[in-house]
Amino acid sequence: MQQLFNGLFIGSIYALFAIGFTLVFGILDRLNLAHPAVFAVSAFVGIGLVEEAGLSIWVALALVFVVGAILGLLIERVAFRPLRNRPDAHFAGLISSIALAGMFIALLQAYFGPNTRRFPAGTFPDDRFELLGARVTLMQALIVVLSLGLVVALTWLVGRSRLGRAMRAIAENPTAARVLGVDVDRVTATTFAISSALGAVAGVLFAINVNSAQLGMGSAIELKGLAVIVVGGMGSLPGALVGGLLLGIAEVFAIQYIGSSWRDLIAFGLLFLILLVRPQGLFGSRKVREV
Amino acid sequence: MRLKPRTVAVSSAAALLLAACGGGDGDDAASADLTGEGTGESCVIDAPVPVGAALSLTGAAASYGESQQKGLEVAKAELDEKEGVEYDLTVEDDQTDPRQGITVFEQFVDDGVSVIIGPTLSNTAFQAQPIAQEAGVPVLAISNTASGITEQGDYIFRDSLTEAQVIPQTVETAKEAYGLEKVVVMYSNDDAFTESGYEVFEQSLKDQGIEIIDTLTFSKDDTDFRSLLTEAKNANPDAIVVSALIEAAIPLVTQARQLGIEVPIIGGNGFNNPQLMADAGEAAEGVVVGAAWNSSSDNPENQKFLKAYEEMHGSAPDQFAAQAYTGLMLIDQAVRESCAGGPDDIKEGLAAIEDVPTPLGELTINENRDAEHEAVVQVVEDGEFTVLE
Repeated sequence: MQQLFNGLFIGSIYALFAIGFTLVFGILDRLNLAHPAVFAVSAFVGIGLVEEAGLSIWVALALVFVVGAILGLLIERVAFRPLRNRPDAHFAGLISSIALAGMFIALLQAYFGPNTRRFPAGTFPDDRFELLGARVTLMQALIVVLSLGLVVALTWLVGRSRLGRAMRAIAENPTAARVLGVDVDRVTATTFAISSALGAVAGVLFAINVNSAQLGMGSAIELKGLAVIVVGGMGSLPGALVGGLLLGIAEVFAIQYIGSSWRDLIAFGLLFLILLVRPQGLFGSRKVREV
Repeated sequence: MRLKPRTVAVSSAAALLLAACGGGDGDDAASADLTGEGTGESCVIDAPVPVGAALSLTGAAASYGESQQKGLEVAKAELDEKEGVEYDLTVEDDQTDPRQGITVFEQFVDDGVSVIIGPTLSNTAFQAQPIAQEAGVPVLAISNTASGITEQGDYIFRDSLTEAQVIPQTVETAKEAYGLEKVVVMYSNDDAFTESGYEVFEQSLKDQGIEIIDTLTFSKDDTDFRSLLTEAKNANPDAIVVSALIEAAIPLVTQARQLGIEVPIIGGNGFNNPQLMADAGEAAEGVVVGAAWNSSSDNPENQKFLKAYEEMHGSAPDQFAAQAYTGLMLIDQAVRESCAGGPDDIKEGLAAIEDVPTPLGELTINENRDAEHEAVVQVVEDGEFTVLE
């Protein structure tokens, strides 16, 4: 039981990270590889806010959400918008976002130094409780609730709200959307802001949960985030959630039943099998791209 | 603190000459300045003995390098007060970069220093030491714990204990203190140092007749150990033995306590860092780690060192400072032994060190040029390392 919960918690973080990733991909068909850098930057900024400015973790989380949104706007403005009219815009944006990610990390290193950082002990209430014979920290419960809540909220946003309709129109056909009076630039920028804000929150929660923040933490989770959105179905929000949980649980059970050295092999092998059976991913549709 | 040009010329000529004739002959005319009269305490040498220290003052290992520099400053101040021999200590930054380490070593050799202290990290040492070996300048490593450091040549010495020396004592003491019968071993299997630490642990556990129920591996970049720790917990061991760097040690210890693992956690050299208590907080309680220096030892050399360090820097020293201080003291011992401060005199003096009282305990340089002294096994209690009895 404890192992199932462990998998659920790791999986929720993968999901939280992947949801932001897949939002941009699903709507704009762009892969934003600066997303992992936002993940790392936000964790360090959060630590800075708590440690040096002495803010409570809740205020810091709210501020980090805003910082993430600003970074998202910056990424869109610098790495994607100038290149959007190129015939190879998808690929060019991917490369320029890697460049931007490199700059973010370099700035981070210049300011915070290369060492591993942590939130000061006691930043987050260290409450634990027993649930079905397993030990759960308050933090872990919060992460699961937050991931589920965000998926529901985003699904509603994309499916029902005015902004969501505009997003889907752009996903369908940007030119037609523009003709119909949708402000494509504004909606695109908003999408980036929401995506990065989610990545930023994921970064802070991750750093608190494992009591460690490293400069390379983004790239460590990047590959898993990509695997999750491919398996979940590119651009599918529920797919990102289920894919994330699945990867987390697969890793944990690989450790329990086969051996810790085989973890990545088993987990990624399983994901590969899913793709062989369902090439479009768990929640992906074959032709029509969802948001 | 730069050398006068004349001294540089003289002593590098001396180094060349000595290297050319295979060393040994310390009293030719060229090194007359560095050869004094008298022995031991009464030794008087006219020229200051040039000593170079390559430390990581910036970069990833900067916190260690800083401690080492402070330790050297304390030793230098103490030696300045002693009559007869003066040391000209030059500290250079290797930037935690092996290439920079090579540059610094080349600079020292060109400047004609008599002995080089450092560098801070083993992987820099492996690349920089051959330069000194080739030039016939002795090196005294003050923090390197990897095996093979002193095998690089007969001019390479160290005053730091290797993991292979500390871990068996750690396992033995922990077994006595906790009555260990069965343990779970965890280590990161993609790092050369933690893997060699694991091998020593495995051998020591076997020698002590302690059963290894399970061996769990992880990657040095991992930060979430909960599923591994749940496995470890289910095996119901008497202790968990971990070979990992401090980056992994802190989240690992924190998460173990969160999962309700209350048994002792026995760590390798990576755990020997006050950062563990600072960042893991209460979770660090009950962590057992072997070390080369017992900060609370009441031997007179240690008490003197603690007092002098506190007075000069206003803070308590760590193991890196103690080993650095001891390093310069050993060099003084080596110089006074033959009352000569040339490279080969120091080489011979270091090799002859036996049962010298230091803050680390009675220290002997063995035939492999490694230090031998008693290790200390510590356990975290109330946020501090205390000696495990």
